[in-house]
Amino acid sequence: MTAEAAAMRQDAVPAVEPPLALLAELTHRCPLRCPYCSNPVALTRPARELDTATWARVFREAAALGCLQVHLSGGEPTARRDIVEIVRAAAEAGLYTNLITAGVTLDAAKVAALVGAGLDHVQLSVQDAEGAPADRIAGAAGAHARKREAARLVRAAGLPLTLNAVVHRQNLDRLPALIALAVELGAARLEVAHVQYYGWALANREALLPTRAQLDAATAEVERARAALAGRLVIDYVVPDYFAKRPKACMGGWGRRFLAVSPAGRVLPCHAAESLPGFDFPDVRAVSLRWAWEESEAFRRFRGTAWMPEPCRGCARAEIDWGGCRCQAFALTGDAAATDPACALSPHHHLLAEAVAAAGEAGFTYRRMGAGGGGDDG
Amino acid sequence: MIGPDSVPRLARGMRLREDAARGRWVVLGPERMFVPDETALEVLRLLDGARSVAAIVDDLAARYDAPREEIAADVTALLQELAEKGVVTA
Ligand code: SF4
Ligand code: SF4
Repeated sequence: MTAEAAAMRQDAVPAVEPPLALLAELTHRCPLRCPYCSNPVALTRPARELDTATWARVFREAAALGCLQVHLSGGEPTARRDIVEIVRAAAEAGLYTNLITAGVTLDAAKVAALVGAGLDHVQLSVQDAEGAPADRIAGAAGAHARKREAARLVRAAGLPLTLNAVVHRQNLDRLPALIALAVELGAARLEVAHVQYYGWALANREALLPTRAQLDAATAEVERARAALAGRLVIDYVVPDYFAKRPKACMGGWGRRFLAVSPAGRVLPCHAAESLPGFDFPDVRAVSLRWAWEESEAFRRFRGTAWMPEPCRGCARAEIDWGGCRCQAFALTGDAAATDPACALSPHHHLLAEAVAAAGEAGFTYRRMGAGGGGDDG
Repeated sequence: MIGPDSVPRLARGMRLREDAARGRWVVLGPERMFVPDETALEVLRLLDGARSVAAIVDDLAARYDAPREEIAADVTALLQELAEKGVVTA
């Protein structure tokens, strides 16, 4: 870019708002092997993970920048031996701390230590409502039973619990049982999250995409349960992209609300963005979080509306959905700067209906280390 | 249901705190955040897990020039809504 073009571009970029939340991906290690895992296909090796002191600095910088919450995620965040110190550092920085866990590594002592360190909330993932199909999806025998025990420990410690159920073709029919499980386990909130198709999930799309009939039944079930359980259970649910006419405001817009830090310290506008080619994502070991957020080219590239192509350019929804998801645009069109194909105005929108039609019985590719080339792997 | 004798408080996992970067107060919870308007902030600040709805209404009625029944109706409706959202328990 010439200096003049850079200056013009700068004019078109609106004043940078502070971020609301930090997603701290502490590690890619996880005892489970979900075929829809949102980690990149090229997983980061433990030796490259940020140390405790660097995470503590990241939390302080995030709070100073305006972040109110931190989501401690992974992989499995409790796979880190310093998870208690990490929670303490986040709480001391003044952040609302949410632990996103698969739960299988939690015991009473660990939960008590996390509470003592200032943990505010636990979000526990379940793969299905029952043991056998849940363990099959997790790729780990006995996982579901340990998750139930983890939920009990979390509630016994007085911590609020959100159950996160990733739903897809192979478990969507058991949504009523998943809702009942959330109530039984004492969750105040249930997140019914449809799989998002990039990374591992894209490789398993044929096996995971639901049918229209499944989706309609699920949507009706959520409405019924919301009414029946008002005041007891909050259910978060969004119609998935593959059946939508307009995209979601992915991450509330690129570089507008959220930032993520990967296990190896890359600062990202969303956890999946690391797989986008042609980016030099800032390294938090080398730069401040503020510089990454406000100044880095990676965060500026798709911030605002100036970068938008047709049909987003000038569209009345440009500042509502911000053109949708960059990772989905890249996954489906090969161009991260294209309109999200989830939008019916995108020339690639037909790809979604075709994928839905092609889905059916197919085997899983489970996530594993060393599967991808390049990236942070190795 | 929230009534005059209910003793509401912020649900566990909900935090009312100042958001200095944006010059406002917010209620933080898991994956959600509420920006209370002036009235809601007044009420939220009075939730201490000891005061009843009736006591909160008395407090507000003493400070604001509005009929007590009107304040009671507004406060009850607000708390009911917050309870349904999981922000408040009683
Ligand atoms: S999606 Fe499954 S495999 Fe991936 S981090 Fe979560 S629990 Fe582990
Ligand atoms: S054209 Fe772009 S901005 Fe308009 S609705 Fe579709 S994705 Fe959103």
